[in-house]
Amino acid sequence: MVDDAAYALIAEVDAGLKEGMGEAELAEKLSGSLADVDRKEVLSEILELKRSGRLFAADEYEERIEAFKERETVVKAMCLHIAHACNLACRYCFAGEGEYFGPCGLMSLETGKQALDYLVAHSGSRRNLEVDFFGGEPLLNWEVVKALVEYGRELEKTHDKNFRFTLTTNGTLLTEEILEYVNKEMSNLVLSIDGRQAVHDRMRPYRDGRGSYEEILPKYIRAAESRGQTNYYVRGTYTHYNTDFAKDVLHLADLGFKQISIEPVVAQPSEPYALTEEDLPVLLEQYDILAAEMLKRKKEGRGFNFFHFMIDLECGPCVYKRLSGCGAGCEYVSVTPWGDIYPCHQFVGQEEFKLGSVTEGIKNTELRKEFHDCNVYSKPECRKCFAKYYCSGGCMANAQHFSGDINGSYRIGCELQRKRVECAIMLKVAEADNQ
Amino acid sequence: MKHIKSLETKDFKKSLEKGGCGECQTSCQSACKTSCTVGNQSCEQDKASK
Repeated sequence: MVDDAAYALIAEVDAGLKEGMGEAELAEKLSGSLADVDRKEVLSEILELKRSGRLFAADEYEERIEAFKERETVVKAMCLHIAHACNLACRYCFAGEGEYFGPCGLMSLETGKQALDYLVAHSGSRRNLEVDFFGGEPLLNWEVVKALVEYGRELEKTHDKNFRFTLTTNGTLLTEEILEYVNKEMSNLVLSIDGRQAVHDRMRPYRDGRGSYEEILPKYIRAAESRGQTNYYVRGTYTHYNTDFAKDVLHLADLGFKQISIEPVVAQPSEPYALTEEDLPVLLEQYDILAAEMLKRKKEGRGFNFFHFMIDLECGPCVYKRLSGCGAGCEYVSVTPWGDIYPCHQFVGQEEFKLGSVTEGIKNTELRKEFHDCNVYSKPECRKCFAKYYCSGGCMANAQHFSGDINGSYRIGCELQRKRVECAIMLKVAEADNQ
Repeated sequence: MKHIKSLETKDFKKSLEKGGCGECQTSCQSACKTSCTVGNQSCEQDKASK
């Protein structure tokens, strides 16, 4: 956090240093609009921060990128498509109403076991393995989910692994019995809901057109309470139809939810609900409104977490993780109900992105290498972006879908990401300032 | 400092020396399935040493 004097001088000092000026020259040539005493103090503070590597730090990672690409990776996370079927018909579903533009199908127990075997066999010395039961709607295949959790627990003992299971559900089939099991076995629960009833029901109807909000809400309130308001997310999507999405986040907070994630829709521009360039200023302002309200509520003792404003500055990921991002295609893979392997859930159904299968292993090693080598420095748009170590170059699927290249970028997504990081840091600063 | 206050942040360079264990959470396994958010995830080594 800087005061006006420091704000006025930082860019000038940076420019001066780049021109090779020393401390004495800088002191002489710096902006004359400040009092001498301020100028000297600010300069001294800036140079001290520079000396300690906290300001104007040089990028020392790009030169190591070739060595980074030589790293050995193992599979440590799997998105298990337990059902390519859904009882809802969400209008924005990237999976084509849960079926991924292919046939409807449920994963068999045998295929599921082969998938977990594949994960264990390719996880090397990694102990923590993540499996997300995903769909479609995974509760349409609940018995197989349970059997796979049991199987995973056996594998833990025989292979010294620790499975962290997650369930992502639309909530319609969630029962007390299922919830009890989920609370015992799943480290995270993701509950889909978009916010206000009209917003939710417009985009997340049943196949006969009925809205799903009223049915799922009491179940979600119960689920959140039963998990002690932690290790879960109510997760939604905002679209062109609700560019005032801060109201949806706050609606969920008003209902008592403490872990909230609302993400921008990712859709081709031809879709009527797709976000547009004209929406951007409104959306950016919404994040400001949300951040200010969150700050206020926190001071009042009724704070909540918003996933995209969460940032761990002190214990965040190491540089390797920040360079490589989500690990899609090498550390993270998706498995279809038939055992086919794709780089991630967003590539499923696009035949050209099929990597292999859980029985045959990775066959398309060239494609795997492309994903393995993708990093923040392989993306031209990331080079000058201040947020690149927070999003790690962004979502490869979005880049592919909007630019035709996993090393490309998705401009609207990047603008929103930068804003979210900015707000997250602002909240940290405000918190520190209050203390 | 009088004019500039900075937050305590992770030392990236140090993490280059001991990082890369890969035990941390994968971003899309948390709550984002259509974007990539890495900065909010915690390092398992840091968590264990706290």
